[in-house]
Amino acid sequence: MSSPGGEGWLDGDAARVVRPYAVTGGRTSPRVELDLLSMIVATGAGTGSHLEPDHEQALSLCHQPASVAEIAARLRLPAVAAKVLLSDLAGWGAVRASAPVPASGAASHLLLERVLDGLLRL
Amino acid sequence: MASYACDQLPAAVKLLVAGGFGAGKTTLVGSVSEIEPLTTEELITVASAGIDSLDGVELKSTTTVAFDFGRITLGPEIVLYLFGTPGQDRYWFLWDELSGGALGAIVLADTRRLEACFAAVDFFESRGIRFIVAVNEFDGACRYEPDEVRAALMLKPHVPITTCDARDRRSATAVLVALVRHLMAAGDPIPGLTPATPTISRNRKPA
Repeated sequence: MSSPGGEGWLDGDAARVVRPYAVTGGRTSPRVELDLLSMIVATGAGTGSHLEPDHEQALSLCHQPASVAEIAARLRLPAVAAKVLLSDLAGWGAVRASAPVPASGAASHLLLERVLDGLLRL
Repeated sequence: MASYACDQLPAAVKLLVAGGFGAGKTTLVGSVSEIEPLTTEELITVASAGIDSLDGVELKSTTTVAFDFGRITLGPEIVLYLFGTPGQDRYWFLWDELSGGALGAIVLADTRRLEACFAAVDFFESRGIRFIVAVNEFDGACRYEPDEVRAALMLKPHVPITTCDARDRRSATAVLVALVRHLMAAGDPIPGLTPATPTISRNRKPA
């Protein structure tokens, strides 16, 4: 599928209209499991192939560790679309991702202590 | 460029900031965040209610739910994200990922519209997500005693109530500290509360 060129695909006010589907080739299931708080960082490894502009742009936001939520916001994409791009990059070895946080289970006391210490130092 | 290939990625932790529209969620997130608050959205599939389908296929529609969030780097190993839940959109409750994995939540209350945070209180209680209530003291709003707010929200005795000025960084940080201290103090499951507990409907108007 050729990429839809031209500005006609963008709505001036609401930003992307068709893009969430176009950038992912219609896929909504990421290959690597990611959640909003998965931290992503570029590995510096080459991908060995030419990156599409959307992958390139996503990769450019990963030079410092950043969460999926942040990257999605900066790409102005729904979280699910950003996850597809980032999981592609992870599959190619261009980025590393931390494992998703378990959805249940209380946080450890140690983790809470570290959060509290950090807040008290602000 | 720094390489993180061999380093541990920082752990990201999440706190939720909920409350009614206009209660000051975005203000609170913005006053403590080290970045300009960002917005992320997700497309949520919602089953259409009240429509009988003849062929057994449920009618579904898609809605976009958006939330604001901020970030506080608490050190090289830990990054705190504050997710402000959408105030007007009742569908955020359907987005499990938004609340899943959250350490806890702040319900920001505006005493002029206390009923606006009933839904959030119900939601966190039913999910077993620990929370505190922070009364955002707006200029010109009536001051209520914490016990009055507790009674109006029908809060359980173990839920702390604090007051704050969401615009003030120190005050907002103090709310975060109060929440984390509550989470640390309450290590054990809340007695009698499981995710299967039916929600209490807060349909009474506050006094």
